[in-house]
Amino acid sequence: MKLQFSRKTLGIPYGIFLILFVVAPLVVIVSYAFTNGTGRFTLSNLTGFFADPNTLGTLLYSFVLAFVTTCVCLLIAYPVAYVLARFHWKRRSVLLMIFIMPMWINFTLRITALKEILTLIEGNLAFHPFLNSVIGMTYDFLPFMILPIYNTLEKLDGSLLEAAADLGADSVQAFLKVTLPLSVPGIVSGISMVFLPAMTNYVVLDMLYNSTYIMGSLIGSYFSAYDWHGGSMIALVLLVIICLFTLLTGRDEENARGGALL
Amino acid sequence: MKNGKNRALPAAILILVLILLYAPILILAVYSFTDAANIGAGGSFSVANYVKLFTTEDLRAMIFGTLLLALGSAILATLLGTAGAIGSFYSRKGTQTFFQTVNQVPVVNADVVTGFSICILLVVVFGISKDTFLPLVLGHVTLSAPFVYLSVLPKLKQMDPALYEAALDLGATPGYALRKVILPQIFSGIVSGFALAVTLSLDDYFVATYTKPATFDTISTYVVNATRGSQTEIKTALWALSTLIFLVVLAIALGSNLRKQEGSGRKGEREA
Repeated sequence: MKLQFSRKTLGIPYGIFLILFVVAPLVVIVSYAFTNGTGRFTLSNLTGFFADPNTLGTLLYSFVLAFVTTCVCLLIAYPVAYVLARFHWKRRSVLLMIFIMPMWINFTLRITALKEILTLIEGNLAFHPFLNSVIGMTYDFLPFMILPIYNTLEKLDGSLLEAAADLGADSVQAFLKVTLPLSVPGIVSGISMVFLPAMTNYVVLDMLYNSTYIMGSLIGSYFSAYDWHGGSMIALVLLVIICLFTLLTGRDEENARGGALL
Repeated sequence: MKNGKNRALPAAILILVLILLYAPILILAVYSFTDAANIGAGGSFSVANYVKLFTTEDLRAMIFGTLLLALGSAILATLLGTAGAIGSFYSRKGTQTFFQTVNQVPVVNADVVTGFSICILLVVVFGISKDTFLPLVLGHVTLSAPFVYLSVLPKLKQMDPALYEAALDLGATPGYALRKVILPQIFSGIVSGFALAVTLSLDDYFVATYTKPATFDTISTYVVNATRGSQTEIKTALWALSTLIFLVVLAIALGSNLRKQEGSGRKGEREA
């Protein structure tokens, strides 16, 4: 019994850490979201969020931006992942790494680089704020979409495709009926890696001179105004969205950001 | 199907996307070696940007501060996450579920929410000054420790439990067996967890911006502030920084890949 005890105790510091810095902040967010400056219970932060056309507009804009970004990422990432996984390349691991490597470079520096190029092409970035934001976010998040799709396609059993061919399917049918359905877990995981950051990463918008707010910018502006209660309500709304999203997609651990390291 | 087909189109897709991914970084790299103030402007060869990067006190402090924070928080996260993974793996089912569920929160959460909520708890509720660096370091550990936990756990699952028992039967103390039997087998998970923790800290903007002292900047917060203003000198020095980081990442990536290939080559020889 004594030896069992010794290994289990190793988990205690991390357990305490999780309670203090993961659970407690969530509790504080919830309690701040439903109180006002004097500490009284109030629903005004909640009603303030859902009654204000501005914040609802921000929510909608975030959804649209995230949706478009996710679609563009998927349209680019799927062919790349497919080609990488299903064709014979001599140094496939090196090739894959070249596609993943940008995610190890600080994203603000990458967006700076992109901004210089876009400025050169467009002249003034202010004319196409939405387009630039989609480009910026796609540029930022693309590797996170490629990797999970690649991982599922790479594991796909080739004999299934041979069987489809033997049974008379042409390559398009085989793709639509076999490959695509089997790669859905990777697609779902990729979507969850891109959609949520695209709703919240307001720095990309800031750096590309898009002054429209997304959900993340709201937290930023409440933070600058020292309005902890309003900010907590936004954080809570985001938490609820994240929870729903996680339940819907059943996001699996291996394909999360952790899988980013080869 | 895989070998015989014409590979022109697949190769074209890869090349096109690679160009999109790398053109900005590479064009910036070329211009970092000139005295041009804008991309597209003419200029002559110059290393002034690199000299500025290492001689400007501000920039130097920001770079070394970021590296120190990344290493420090990654070491703490690795210790906590590894011990947590071992501890939870040998605990009862209920405890394990607790660890896995709570551990998942920072992983799926938006970084804005993580940063903001830690700021509220530590700075607003507990009144800890941001100047102590405590909120910043704890914030970064919170961000990365869960990923260390997630990289170590699969290694524990793959391990043969009989080895540890055998070590104890042969007279090893639990501590000795832990060091000599368990740690070596999960070592690769610890290393990749640590590397992941470093990159997460280096890439972070949101946690840092909500928890850092006003006088301290990480690369991310510095770059974001610098691009708001229009100081050309700083801007072009950041091109040099971006190029250096790109080269370092490239070197590490190629190095680790070569080592992996050497390793698998050796294994192949042994098997043959």
